Amino acid sequence: MRNEKTTEEVAHSIRARVFEHTIRNNGGYLSQACSAAEQLAFLYNEALNLGPSTMPMVPPPFSGVPSAGNAGYVTGAGYNGPFDAVHDRLFIAPAHYALVAYACLIEVGRMAPEGLEMFNKDGSSVEMIGAEHSPGMEVHNGTLGIGLSTAAGLAWGRKRLGHTGRVCVFMSDGEVQEGQTWEAVQAAAHHGIDNLWAIMDVNRQQCDGAMDDVMTVGDIATKFRDFGAVVAECDAHDLKAMRAAAATPHPGRPLIVLAHSRPTQGMESLMSRFPRLHYVRFKSEEERARMNTEIAAELGIAPVVLEAH
Amino acid sequence: MEMVNRPYATAFEAYATQHPEVLCLSADLTSSCEVDGFRDRHPGQFLSLGMAEQNMLSFAGGLGLAGFRPFLHSFGVFLYRRPYDQLMASIAYPRRNVRLMGFLPGVTTPGGMTHQAIEDISVMRTIPNMTVLEAGDATEVESIVAEADTVDGPVYCRILRGAVPRLFTSPLKIGQMRVLSEGTDVLVVTSGITTEEAIRARGALARAGVSVRHLHLNTLKPFDAAQIVDHAASVRHGVVTLENHLITGGIGSMVAEALAEAGLARRLIRLGLQDTYAHGGSRPYLMTYYGMDALALVRAVECLTGQATGIDHDALDAVRIDAVHSLVKAEAL
Ligand SMILES: Cc1ncc(C[n+]2csc(CCOP(=O)(O)OP(=O)(O)O)c2C)c(N)n1
Repeated sequence: MRNEKTTEEVAHSIRARVFEHTIRNNGGYLSQACSAAEQLAFLYNEALNLGPSTMPMVPPPFSGVPSAGNAGYVTGAGYNGPFDAVHDRLFIAPAHYALVAYACLIEVGRMAPEGLEMFNKDGSSVEMIGAEHSPGMEVHNGTLGIGLSTAAGLAWGRKRLGHTGRVCVFMSDGEVQEGQTWEAVQAAAHHGIDNLWAIMDVNRQQCDGAMDDVMTVGDIATKFRDFGAVVAECDAHDLKAMRAAAATPHPGRPLIVLAHSRPTQGMESLMSRFPRLHYVRFKSEEERARMNTEIAAELGIAPVVLEAH
Repeated sequence: MEMVNRPYATAFEAYATQHPEVLCLSADLTSSCEVDGFRDRHPGQFLSLGMAEQNMLSFAGGLGLAGFRPFLHSFGVFLYRRPYDQLMASIAYPRRNVRLMGFLPGVTTPGGMTHQAIEDISVMRTIPNMTVLEAGDATEVESIVAEADTVDGPVYCRILRGAVPRLFTSPLKIGQMRVLSEGTDVLVVTSGITTEEAIRARGALARAGVSVRHLHLNTLKPFDAAQIVDHAASVRHGVVTLENHLITGGIGSMVAEALAEAGLARRLIRLGLQDTYAHGGSRPYLMTYYGMDALALVRAVECLTGQATGIDHDALDAVRIDAVHSLVKAEAL
């Protein structure tokens, strides 16, 4: 399924939508929209072979966790299309990027805008930390560093079953601090799992601030290569470069695309908060109002109209 | 009710600065665990270990071997789920003086399954050599830091953050449960945030003529079974436990074991998560949805006494709602 919008347009609208949401809610994972908008837009709008959504445009309310008694349980993966042999599967490994992923689902016509109004509301499936029942999610990834392993297992299984569809993981660079990420690459390389690829948002940020101050990770491209992956690098805001990187052949090995991003891309005003970008919450009404005007101007949209309170 | 802002931040800094062998460790959740100010003001006593909890736990074991007493800061779940093996081999078995400060216990986080420590008490209390504490108010958060550090061996603490109500005036003392009321009909046992919840119900229950004996636990291991049995023996109808945790392996199980071992026949109703994962949502919503709130407690009491109280939602003390974006809350989750 292809969208009529260009990937550039989708990326821009993701930023605008997450910005609007963050201003309205006085907080949100905003910098992740800056760094990852092109990556998610690219995945949904052109890179992945996804069928039409099998889920309602307005997400159903939370309907229980997996259990023997919950026969009707479904994950949110249907928003990415049907499970069949030919289509791709996508995991959003850093589940706190959910807000950006939901915005993307809206922009590519897989979820209604009302879906975002249910974000983090009690009883809703549109959870703040994407749960496996949340739109576009298939597995729980809120505990970081487990996504690539699950994807490698799924990819191995799909290969064995003769599926032509691939498995893609959207990853964050904080995940390279977890040992499991390296175990996942090691296993994927050892077993020649080449229907697996990942795109990683290398924004060099984590909760506590800049990764170099929190825990230095060094040259992750070389590390991934040494662990057996094919690595391609690109500017995360240059779609041409991203297309070329994603097209890198990787026979017998997983592909990791390192998308080098800027955590304030498109919203330079956020730099005034650096290095506290992981979660943006405005300290005062003044800051909120200023960010509303400044970022809206940068995005070329009207400021969000805030009801007085 | 007095609300105290960030009691952990203040108490930890006051204590650690007096004890140079205490180290502050964090796994990329420094401000979420209220030790960002400590990091900035006392960088020599702070170790950033990044988002790599397995390493942090064994690393802490090594620090213990070198004579330090590391305080590990993360969300409770991240201190035992992935690094369980490291916890066992590097900390618990050799009895290192490592203090595991588990923030956002149970349903106090909207982060859903991956963020909610709902089986931590069960896991921790079965580990030989482990001490398990839980703070139920600001005074207990303030005193848990120094108190945990008196223990020779590892300690796991459930910590409350942000704006925390002050319910008690005397500090947490390991092994000393609090007797909050001395009724004779039903024994109610709570700890952590469920104590405040039970207090919400007590007024209405008293007005309805039910005499409640209410115990607040802050020391989950070692567990004072003898005292629980004495209290259970002094009520007519039975016992209700209410915990911010699965009902298996936690306080309900501890009470059941105590009663069984003493051969004391009392009915027991265990409230808490009933063999289910929770999902993401606000704390009041989750407590209601999963039957862990004041009204669920009233219904359990009615079940034991066999008499309807007529208490409905409006008869209970109001729920305290945290502002979603209060400035005293950590910015991120
Ligand atoms: C295993 C685990 N440890 C800790 C956390 C808490 N946490 C959530 S996001 C995050 C920072 C991750 O950095 P990154 O994934 O690069 O995200 P960014 O800050 O760039 O959004 C941490 C430590 C977690 N979710 N899982």
